[in-house]
Amino acid sequence: MTEKMLDHELMVRMLRKMTLIRHFEQKVNELFLRGYIPGTIHLSLGQEAVPVGVTTALRDDDVILPTHRGHGHALAKGMPPEALFAELFARQDGCSKGKGGSLHIGDVTRGIMPANPVVGSSVPVAAGIGFSFKYRGQDRIAACFFGDGAVNTGPLHEGLNLAALWTLPVLYVCENNQYAITTPIQSVSLVQPLSKRAEAYGMAAQTVDGNDVVAVYQAALEAVGRVRGGEGPFFLECVTYRQGGHKRDDPGTYRDKEEVDHWLSLDPLPRIRERVVRDGVLSEEQVLELERSVDEEIESAVQGALSSPPPDPASALMDVYA
Amino acid sequence: MRELTIIEAMREALREEMHDNPDIFVMGEDSRIGGSFLLTLGLFDEFGPKRVLDTPISETGFIGLAIGAAMSGLRPVVDLQYGDFAFCAMEQLAHNACKLRYMSGGQVKVPAVLHFPTGASGRGGTHAQSMERYFSHFPGLKVGVPATPYDAKGMFKAAIRDDNFCIITSHKHLYGSKGRKFLVSEGVSLTVPDEDYVVPFGSAEVKRQGEDVTVVATLIMLHRALDVAQKLEGEGISVEVVDPRSLVPLDRDTILESVIKTGRLVIVEEDTITYGWGAEIAATVAQQALGYLDAPVLRVATPDVPMPAAPNLEKSLVPDQERIKQAIYQVLGR
Repeated sequence: MTEKMLDHELMVRMLRKMTLIRHFEQKVNELFLRGYIPGTIHLSLGQEAVPVGVTTALRDDDVILPTHRGHGHALAKGMPPEALFAELFARQDGCSKGKGGSLHIGDVTRGIMPANPVVGSSVPVAAGIGFSFKYRGQDRIAACFFGDGAVNTGPLHEGLNLAALWTLPVLYVCENNQYAITTPIQSVSLVQPLSKRAEAYGMAAQTVDGNDVVAVYQAALEAVGRVRGGEGPFFLECVTYRQGGHKRDDPGTYRDKEEVDHWLSLDPLPRIRERVVRDGVLSEEQVLELERSVDEEIESAVQGALSSPPPDPASALMDVYA
Repeated sequence: MRELTIIEAMREALREEMHDNPDIFVMGEDSRIGGSFLLTLGLFDEFGPKRVLDTPISETGFIGLAIGAAMSGLRPVVDLQYGDFAFCAMEQLAHNACKLRYMSGGQVKVPAVLHFPTGASGRGGTHAQSMERYFSHFPGLKVGVPATPYDAKGMFKAAIRDDNFCIITSHKHLYGSKGRKFLVSEGVSLTVPDEDYVVPFGSAEVKRQGEDVTVVATLIMLHRALDVAQKLEGEGISVEVVDPRSLVPLDRDTILESVIKTGRLVIVEEDTITYGWGAEIAATVAQQALGYLDAPVLRVATPDVPMPAAPNLEKSLVPDQERIKQAIYQVLGR
């Protein structure tokens, strides 16, 4: 598929989703500082192209497994912003009824499996979900997100091996934002690019520019086709950059200004925005209108979420056992 | 009615359930030839490679995989060679197996079974731990400790049919696998009915009625306690022996009822003593039946040391009939 042939509707959908994630997280940042959000939050500012490009290549009945930095994954797969805000505000109508918080989000009805934020943990779980699809002859796949920090964990090794061994329908998406908290990936892995790891499991792999949503989408579409076609799991590395710190109290000062500026110049959101205008998909005015409509959706979601009560204390004892 | 060993009873439960429900599959190291204690013997030939899977040595991998498969509708049964190896998969068990349901506000279920052998059998520190204790501390898991063939079959079935992650374990010396002589106390029936039945989790059983003292014990300690009870009958001491059968959920009522009747309690566990399940039972009795006690509660357990390999050293640590008997004498003031 050439860039020009990309469906206009698809371009607009991806721009809108990326804008939604960006503005959602900017709002989360603001509301966190204003004291609306307990605990901590991990923002994915600058990484929006990865979940949007990947989920756009999935079907509604495919599933994803988000990470600890998962707001973007959930929104991209269709979680209503209000349910996510309510979860972050620790309210009853949150996606996990207030029991998960930012780190444990999920919406099974939309194919967003409950996240385990422990790095690497979801890799074998995703293999199991793929196993169930294959076992039952269902034409579905699982997409498992994880960061560069996950590649040195045991569960990743064990999960990738089993997924490849049993030809399971799983798309493994390595969202390489280049830092495990403060630690650059180059300082903890001699093997670059990270997609080379896949070869050790006999797994097909590709590395793409994770700040180019069209590139991510096209690579994901091809990978998904192979996975769905029964070729086994695929390792898609998307190289991106965490524009902010690891979490709320991390200013990210361990990184050179030069490096940060370089990556800010590659910000995926202006890239798709400019492209949409340049290709005549939308006019500048239409893009502004899209952004306004996203902001309205977010404002209304915030108000809706704030009107949800805190969870009933009695619910703390519920849902331990089925 | 036939006589079965514990492993035969468990295998029969698994085979019958697999026949009834195509969503059940079993996997583990060497499952194709039966696994280390022969749980899956013959099942590969019967059900084929789709439902009986050999895994790599990769506990985190296949336990995590089982959790994912269970979350999306299957009913995996995982067979571990030794319970101790569950430590390799601790993050999967401590987080995903038992907390995903809660953390997601009840959106998912994780209906899987993890079976492993537990306890000391001359193999040394990494192949001897009483693993059931660790998992009894994770809300969201169920832990079954059947010690007879009847209980093993019924509880294995209950575990497979349960919508939660269940651990089923018996003691290595109780399985009766590979034609080895297995330990069993006199008077314990090995018969298993032909018809379908389950032994529910959370249903303790009084394995022997008595009046003077209650002994609560599981697994191999249960059989030792029953042996002691029988011997003490000759001395005019009437011992009631209660088998919790599952540690989670724990049937506190049956234990309390027995203690209220006898007024004396000895708890026997193979595990190291500190923070063991015996302490939980002692605390329950202290809170709810203190006024009925005629003597302090005693615990008989292994001292807080790793399990040594030498048979004489192991024997010196693990509670035996003599220590159980002395504890009974002590609570009776003899």
